[in-house]
Amino acid sequence: MSVSEEVPMKSPPFEYHRAGSAAEAAALLGELGFDARILAGGQSLIPLMNLRLAAPGHLVDIARAPDLGGCGANGGGLHVGAGARQRTVELHADTLAIAPVLADAISNAGQVPVRHQGTVVGSIAHADPSAEMPAAFKAQGGTVTAQGAGGSREIASEDFFEGYFTTALEEGELVTGITVDAWPDGTGHGFLEFSVTAESWPIALAAVLIHVDGGAIDRASVVLGGVAEVPLRRPEAEAVLVGAAPGAEAFEAAAEAAATGIEPLSDSFGSGAYRKKLARVLTRRALTAAAERAGGAS
Amino acid sequence: MSSHEISVTVNGAAASGTVESRRSLADFLRRELGLVGVHFGCEQGACGACTVLLDGASVRSCIMFAVQADGADIQTVESLAPGAEMHPLQEAFRRHQGLQCGFCTPGMLLRSLELISDNPNLTAEEAREGISSNMCRCTGYQYIVDAVLDAAAEMRAEED
Repeated sequence: MSVSEEVPMKSPPFEYHRAGSAAEAAALLGELGFDARILAGGQSLIPLMNLRLAAPGHLVDIARAPDLGGCGANGGGLHVGAGARQRTVELHADTLAIAPVLADAISNAGQVPVRHQGTVVGSIAHADPSAEMPAAFKAQGGTVTAQGAGGSREIASEDFFEGYFTTALEEGELVTGITVDAWPDGTGHGFLEFSVTAESWPIALAAVLIHVDGGAIDRASVVLGGVAEVPLRRPEAEAVLVGAAPGAEAFEAAAEAAATGIEPLSDSFGSGAYRKKLARVLTRRALTAAAERAGGAS
Repeated sequence: MSSHEISVTVNGAAASGTVESRRSLADFLRRELGLVGVHFGCEQGACGACTVLLDGASVRSCIMFAVQADGADIQTVESLAPGAEMHPLQEAFRRHQGLQCGFCTPGMLLRSLELISDNPNLTAEEAREGISSNMCRCTGYQYIVDAVLDAAAEMRAEED
């Protein structure tokens, strides 16, 4: 029997399509046009549909496409396929070895049951500027592989996020996977966020990496979340760090630089001024944690 | 709108049905299969009342479409006590008063079962963090943590 006619449903209606491969998904997107969205874990999209904030006419389910699953070391970096679940990536030995900042970011996102179903690539493609995974991915750096009906191309993580929930993807393209670039030995990372409760959205977050060589920082990456329309790189803070000895003095100066010149919006969780303050404090603490992991003084 | 034939295993038995694309898994289990232990709370993935185990892992069945679960092995709270005897976890919840209104209980039980099977020796802190995925507005959580630890000890003893 079917109850479809008698019982109201939360989500708006849509046509469901199951893609068996990346190429099939790209072909479906091309054929169905702008009204089609990719469905992987659905942990961002389906709540939006249940709230009727999103009403795509077609969903293309890629979760079963064998060429889109998988996660692991690949050519020195970490490859994460579009079908790889957050919890799988979070606990994967290769993630912990190559991109521990991504593992930390995932462990701060949502709840375990949500991470069982949600995908890393889905969160990155969703491009919520407050979300954990986009910030960690941008902080460590890497490439997004996008596929359209005409073929695939690589987009640098630096260029992928363009605005609120907006990416460099063209119409008809899907993200088939990401590769996170490896950093050399002597690298430490820090990922910290502040939220009202463990399960609520972060008000602000900081994702940082530093590489220490001969007692000085020779490479630094500082990215903030929740303070702008994209995960925000802070080149001024990176400039303070490079060449400095890891330690309280450099980290305080870098944190000050990270929080200077940003103009976060206010909302019911925190004012713009409060977010600026969080940006400074979280950056300083994340750098301190990174220095400990890099093996430098702190 | 498109309809789809799906086949799943629910609590060890084969089940099938025809679902509209937008039918949630929670809806399918509760309204079509009559498994009323699947509770609808927030229906946006926040509260955990609709938790089921999908191929052994806890998920929010309210933010998953039934068609996505085609072929899966699903466990609902009804599987814990198929007969008259309660599962040790249910018995511990009763003993410690780990429930009052009962609305969150099916989700809490399934999440707790997963926590204990993942780590039979879990600590109070791990239990507390583990159940933070599910909301309870009655107990203040402490009695649930007590119940989970007690059930884990009992289930360890049964294993020996």
